Amino acid sequence: MQSLTNTMQAVPLNNYILLSAIIFSIGVIGVLIRRNAIVIFMSVELMLNAVNLLLAAFSVYRGDATGQVFVFFIMALAAAEVAIGLAIIVMIYRNTNSIDINVLNRLKW
Amino acid sequence: MNTFYFIAFLSIFFSILVISAKSPVHSILYLILTFFTFTIHYILLNAQFLAIVNFIVYMGAILVLFLYTLMLINLNKEAEPVKSNLVKLAAVIGGGCFLITIVASLKLLNVSPGVSLQNPGLGLVKNLGKVLFNEFLLPFEVSSILLLSAMVGAVLLATKEPKSAA
Repeated sequence: MQSLTNTMQAVPLNNYILLSAIIFSIGVIGVLIRRNAIVIFMSVELMLNAVNLLLAAFSVYRGDATGQVFVFFIMALAAAEVAIGLAIIVMIYRNTNSIDINVLNRLKW
Repeated sequence: MNTFYFIAFLSIFFSILVISAKSPVHSILYLILTFFTFTIHYILLNAQFLAIVNFIVYMGAILVLFLYTLMLINLNKEAEPVKSNLVKLAAVIGGGCFLITIVASLKLLNVSPGVSLQNPGLGLVKNLGKVLFNEFLLPFEVSSILLLSAMVGAVLLATKEPKSAA
């Protein structure tokens, strides 16, 4: 493990930011191009994970454990969000027999 | 160093496959692989606690939830309707503009030094537990309430209403 982390010392922080930005953008594009509600949800998960990775990288860069605790809270929040969201999707499917989000354009307040 | 670039390439590759796979089941399987590469990233950062939590919570709990929901919803009947090519092009341009904005603002910064681990015990359970239960005790307890309310809400939403009640 020590040798593994020693090899990481040369990776600049900019590369972590770039990687997270690319994956976040892929998540944004996924939300925009898909019509399946579950796939849209998975794209949101991708975005959350990109942010998690960046927080962990900054935490290691600064030598501060607070960032990693924050990632832990984000994971708890993501679990709650997925449970609620999937329950809502199941309910939508029962009512409309479809999880196409274009069916939802009839939503009234 | 080369390990990072290889794993980063795999992350990007699999996440593109997640949003471009035709079948939602394939999307979920690619998402599992993407999360696995994220776990490897955490291990490379020596954030061992996060690696284990990512492995258990994301790859174990959340993706099983996705998979079972997808299996409960029987989607095999018709193929998923796709958006028009114009909308897709606009979406890709929008996401690309977002990426270009971040990269351009990154270019204005100086090239950063490497991410080096000053304290080897930073991401271990012992160190994180001390921080979590001293400074972050109140948010930790509040997150337990959040999980409880999410559980109640999910059960409330997903249970079918009895017909006689209406």
